Amino acid sequence: MSETMALARPRLGAGGEALAGLMLCLPATLAYLLLLLLPTLAAVLLAFTDYELGAPALAWIGLGNFEELLGDQGFRIALRNTLVYVSIVAPVSIAGALALALLIEAAARGRALFRAVFFLPVVSLPVAMATAWQYLLHPTIGPVNAVLAQFGVAGPAWLTSSDTVLLSLAFIGIWEAIGFNLVLFLAGLTAIPRELHQAAEVDGVTSAWERFRLVTWPLLGPTTLFVVTITMIRAVRVFDSVAVLTQGGPNRASEVLLYTMYTEGFTFFRLGYSAAITLVFLAIVLALMLLQTKVLDKRVHYG
Amino acid sequence: MAGIVIGGVQKRFGDFQALRGVSLAVAPGEFVALVGPSGCGKTTLMRIVAGIERQDAGTIGIGGRDVGGLRAADRDVAMVFQSYALYPHLTVAENIAVPLTMRRLSAWQRLPLLGRFWPGARAARAAIAADAAQAARSLGLGAMLDRRPAQLSGGQRQRVALARAIVRSPRAFLMDEPLSNLDAALRVQTRREIVEIHRRVGATTLYVTHDQSEALTMADRVAVMLAGEILQVDSPARIYADPADLRVASFIGSPRINTLAAALRQDGAVTVAGTPMGLRASGEAGEATLALRPEDVRLDAHGPLAVQAEHLEFLGESTLLHARHAVLGTPIALRLPPGAAAPEGTFRLGFAPQRALVFGPDGRRRAAQALEAAHV
Ligand SMILES: Nc1ncnc2c1ncn2[C@@H]1O[C@H](COP(=O)(O)OP(=O)(O)OP(=O)(O)O)[C@@H](O)[C@H]1O
Ligand SMILES: [Mg+2]
Repeated sequence: MSETMALARPRLGAGGEALAGLMLCLPATLAYLLLLLLPTLAAVLLAFTDYELGAPALAWIGLGNFEELLGDQGFRIALRNTLVYVSIVAPVSIAGALALALLIEAAARGRALFRAVFFLPVVSLPVAMATAWQYLLHPTIGPVNAVLAQFGVAGPAWLTSSDTVLLSLAFIGIWEAIGFNLVLFLAGLTAIPRELHQAAEVDGVTSAWERFRLVTWPLLGPTTLFVVTITMIRAVRVFDSVAVLTQGGPNRASEVLLYTMYTEGFTFFRLGYSAAITLVFLAIVLALMLLQTKVLDKRVHYG
Repeated sequence: MAGIVIGGVQKRFGDFQALRGVSLAVAPGEFVALVGPSGCGKTTLMRIVAGIERQDAGTIGIGGRDVGGLRAADRDVAMVFQSYALYPHLTVAENIAVPLTMRRLSAWQRLPLLGRFWPGARAARAAIAADAAQAARSLGLGAMLDRRPAQLSGGQRQRVALARAIVRSPRAFLMDEPLSNLDAALRVQTRREIVEIHRRVGATTLYVTHDQSEALTMADRVAVMLAGEILQVDSPARIYADPADLRVASFIGSPRINTLAAALRQDGAVTVAGTPMGLRASGEAGEATLALRPEDVRLDAHGPLAVQAEHLEFLGESTLLHARHAVLGTPIALRLPPGAAAPEGTFRLGFAPQRALVFGPDGRRRAAQALEAAHV
């Protein structure tokens, strides 16, 4: 007993120790407060005001902004376009990434190369890449239409026709998302014990499809759920390509949620209204995250 | 029931020769234990028999036909993996049913939703569920059919893996250290259960273990493997009492067999440090090794071995006396009968000559017999 007493280090006293702890937490807490919590709170509050940038005063208008949103044609188009965009980008980039991951996993060699090639879009600068796409999809000098012309097809004006602009943006979105999803799926695949595949073989599984159904797909469940959530959230967030390539046009055919928020806030300086759109956006993202953690999570973890 | 015939199987991983021409025949209905130290190639051999891994040379026959060109699924064996390899998302009942589902249902009947309504699927699925439940009950898993593997104890998972194997009647059972993850008590119990199942089903079984007591208690025959080679295949009693190779003698038996550097004289007499041991062995004169099991050595004031006492090890049912040979310095252990007084200082040991094992310099066994007392 006396020995442990002697060995115990000199103590600060309970109060001193607590103070030291608080001091250590301070920088992170401050950064969190200043950079995340306060701006979010400010946005939430602004959403209930008619504040305009440079205006001398602001008034509390309650749900006024949200009422206006309901009747706003532009907002409705943006919401619809965003949903269309997400419902193209998410399924295609997820299914495509899964298919590619399975192919690469089965390949005897070249895994590292394929992984790097498909991951390239993820690490490249979105704005720079958008410019590259602008060239590729250019109606007259772009290589895409040049190739199409070889086959006697007159390619459309990809980014400037309201029929194709959303599809073209979705294609770029898929190209950006697929590498990220691929890497996640590859990691998920390596985590599946090889013995399970072998056990399936001994149990009489002969086709690749049967093996996928019995082992790969169920064991990939947690990965897939994460990929689905993150892809949808990233797709809802689409902004860079729209801002660089189309500015929401032509004729609002590529108007999306965050771009509307941006124009309302920083072109028309209606910050209160813009904040209301941000809240709608936040609600969508939160709903997706809740869906993941509360509902689906229970069905893919077998612990 | 069918047998397994392994003929001259070789396997290398890069520069490393994991199997150096392994041959082994398991008779129909026989239980053979493959025992050897870690890394000697047991799992590799098992996986080659199952068809999960390809051999570089040699043949595998199961049930009288060559299965060299067949996939694992077509070899018709059941395997219990060292790690159980249960499907974590399936319940106990579903896990056990997988081998039946894959073999009894057509590809159409297995389709996700549609398959349920395919002609005959309903009846076939009911039969499968009944068989799976039957297999589960025979291993005492009847109450946990709806649990997932994560909700089971190690021993229960073990039994699910076994049930998944016995739910069909395959041509052969392959079990890879199925008890290695269990605690001592559960291990003994499950050991009995496996032997019981084997008696009931009478299936050809190849059972891999690195635990020699498991091999000796369970198997009809034991195959001792070392560094990619099978050294001896024999009944447990003969493996223990009549080892063909010094390495087999050293590997089997706990505590380890005593080995003494010996010499073989021209007339065949075996000597240790110049002292005749009362034994004559066949073969060329020269160096040899004399091996004695600890229970075959006894205190004997007129015995041929002079030793120095070292320390005692209390084992419960007996006491182990550790000593060193007075001249060679080699350790010698012997079991003292209960209640015997432990000697101190220098004393002498004897042994029954017919129990002594003599090995040549190449490690192969030499035939030996006791000399008449007059000869010594
Ligand atoms: N895929 C592989 N690549 C390279 N070496 C391998 C591979 N599989 C096994 N080996 C080597 O082959 C040898 C035999 O391995 P194996 O798994 O058959 O041993 P084991 O007898 O089952 O051992 P344990 O009792 O530890 O399970 C080991 O030395 C191991 O390192
Ligand atoms: Mg092994």
